[in-house]
Amino acid sequence: MPDEKTQPALRSLLSVPAGQQVRVVRIDGGRAMRSRLAAMGLVRGAEVEVVRNSGHGPFIVSVKGSRIILGKGMASRVYVE
Amino acid sequence: MAERKVITVAIAGNPNAGKTTIFNHLTGARQHVGNYPGVTVEKKEGLLRRGDIEIRVIDLPGTYSLTAYSVEELIARNVVLEEKPDVVVDVVDASNLERNLYLAVQFMELGVPLVLAFNMSDIARARGMEIDTQKLSRLLGCPIVSTVGHRGLGINALVEAIVKASRESMRPVQVRYGHEIETEIKKLQDAIMASGLVNLNKYPARWLAVKLLEGDSDVLAKVPGPIAAASQGARNRIENFFGDPPEVIIAEQRYGFISGACQQCVRRANVEARHNLSDRIDSIVTHRVLAIPIFLAFMYGVFYFTFALGDPLADLGGSFFALLAKSISNLWPPGVHSSLQSLIVDGIIAGVGNVLVFMPNILFLFLAIAVLEDSGYMARAAFIMDKVMHRIGLHGKSFIPLLLGFGCTIPAIMATRTLENRRDRLTTILVAPLMSCGARLPIYALIIPAFFPRNWQAPVLWSIYLIGIILAVVSAKLLRSTLFRGEAEPFVMELPPYRLPTLKSLLLHMWERSALYLRKAGTIILGLSVLLWAMSSYPEKPGLEQRYAAEVSRVKKECVVKQLDPEECQRKVAELEHSRQSEALEYSLAGRVGRALEPLVRPMGFDWRIATALVGATAAKEVFVAQMGIMYSIGESDEESEELRTRLRENYSALVGFCIMLFCLISAPCVATIAVTRQESGSWKWAVFQFTGLTLLAYVITTVVYQVGRALVAGG
Repeated sequence: MPDEKTQPALRSLLSVPAGQQVRVVRIDGGRAMRSRLAAMGLVRGAEVEVVRNSGHGPFIVSVKGSRIILGKGMASRVYVE
Repeated sequence: MAERKVITVAIAGNPNAGKTTIFNHLTGARQHVGNYPGVTVEKKEGLLRRGDIEIRVIDLPGTYSLTAYSVEELIARNVVLEEKPDVVVDVVDASNLERNLYLAVQFMELGVPLVLAFNMSDIARARGMEIDTQKLSRLLGCPIVSTVGHRGLGINALVEAIVKASRESMRPVQVRYGHEIETEIKKLQDAIMASGLVNLNKYPARWLAVKLLEGDSDVLAKVPGPIAAASQGARNRIENFFGDPPEVIIAEQRYGFISGACQQCVRRANVEARHNLSDRIDSIVTHRVLAIPIFLAFMYGVFYFTFALGDPLADLGGSFFALLAKSISNLWPPGVHSSLQSLIVDGIIAGVGNVLVFMPNILFLFLAIAVLEDSGYMARAAFIMDKVMHRIGLHGKSFIPLLLGFGCTIPAIMATRTLENRRDRLTTILVAPLMSCGARLPIYALIIPAFFPRNWQAPVLWSIYLIGIILAVVSAKLLRSTLFRGEAEPFVMELPPYRLPTLKSLLLHMWERSALYLRKAGTIILGLSVLLWAMSSYPEKPGLEQRYAAEVSRVKKECVVKQLDPEECQRKVAELEHSRQSEALEYSLAGRVGRALEPLVRPMGFDWRIATALVGATAAKEVFVAQMGIMYSIGESDEESEELRTRLRENYSALVGFCIMLFCLISAPCVATIAVTRQESGSWKWAVFQFTGLTLLAYVITTVVYQVGRALVAGG
């Protein structure tokens, strides 16, 4: 998005190492994906902890007290600070 | 004042919130499992009596939300809107409160009397959460009952709350979305009410307005055009104002409302004990190197359980039916052929046997699956296999059904119940018969030694299985990119904490699914088996019985006169009986169909005999072997019959032998598969599609192989 001022702190969830706690600031994607993520608790402002990010294998985050597996493609479209 | 006699209750909740346990505790064994009409989603209903009140309990599909993006969510909200239950119970995982309340606020919006069951309240307490349920209940405008599902605590209080809520018709509080959105909601709401075109008894106007703002495709299709157009304008205004589409703002507001309520009513000491153990198990079970071996070991366990433990019982059942058939046959004097006897023995008993013979496998399979599901491993398995399965356009969970297909297609198709997405599920069901099942093995076992030298036998068998797998992969990919096209399901899945399954719930799971197979598929399998029996028995050749009876008595007399060896004599009588069977089959409808099909099967190198046996093989694949035996007048043969092999060698080439195996592998699945596909997909359409699609595929591939093979042989 050219009109969006990309802040230096803004990065995708994929780049967050395991054990770190971050806050969701933006989610890109279609309506279906966003509503799916919202239903799992992933909305703007949600506190997220990355439980597992090993490059291989599952990408697991902890949101509002539950463990969620995210596809890599989805994780790359969730921006956090 | 007269007491209300029947109350309808719908049970809703997130997957993994313990909804099923609550449902089971409420209804006990008085359940009825079926499918929602036209869809593959399981529908469970049960009854409960409290004094003179009868409570009908409907189990809604487990969902996280009530959007129009998945069949499950659509069903959940449509049941509530259209069947108008007196009360909706939302089972909430109290230890995971905020996320679970997201669904609750959407039910509140539907304007139905709502009771919240705060399940797993023991875990919530252990995690240091203190919930002021009284205060929260006031804030949300609906009663809250604390329950501990697996121990059956709080169930009585829940029933009382249900009865009370059904009388008081208390309306839950509505979430407010802020000035801008509320203005648009009000405008749309007024327009809907003024139009008078929407059945407002069914659909609350405010709910419709909110859904229109969210761009809900299902609701957009329900409202008149001008209102749909007006809602697009409203959506644009909101997006311009907030810089985000309305559904995003609405979702955030809902969570905002929830988090506000929780801040007032929940105190937590921040201990996260529940996930610690789960995380530790996961670090092994989903380990980069160990995950696949562990998964395969579990799968081997499922296989072992289903077939190694199930098969001896199935064989026992088979022997029982054979014995039963024999003792009933013995009621008639020997040598007499009565149609009634044939109907009972070859039609009904064989048909019932066909149904029940799968029962032990199915029971063990569902028990194994229940353990994997209830413990929480299934979610991990789906994740581990997802990478591989995604390449062929399927979900990770499809792997288990396909693997089971090597044993038997029936449990494989039944196992697709673990797939939530309809497109994934239908694709898996349709390609499952390509995994070469155990019933096809007798055909290979008969043919391979007949035509191929010893050191070729294993590679040929292997190639048949491999062809099946490759075709399944290609067809799945093809189906996913044509008929079942659609955005690849985004991979988001909750990873529930591991739990120790309770015996009661395991047995209930096992039984409800097996009983469904018996009731639904059973009747169809029985019917089709009797039909196929009739086809290969009728019409009877006039005079055939008498001619052979005369022949038999002539041979017997000759034996006495010439003082032949009694064994020699018996052999001659048996030979006569075999050629009688052969002639009868040839004259029957199946034989005629076989004859009629001959020109059609010629390009594959088949003759009318093979065609007739193939018609019989639709009853059950292994019947092919027995039918070929009858065709060649060797009597009912099994796959070890050397005599039959010799006859095959005399009449066909190795190429034809291979083509028979190929055709049996790919073509028309057996009647049991057809019945189960019909039942599981919810319509005959898919069963017919599967049947014709696979048969056509088999025809084309076998013809190509035969023609190319023949050209090569001729050329070389």
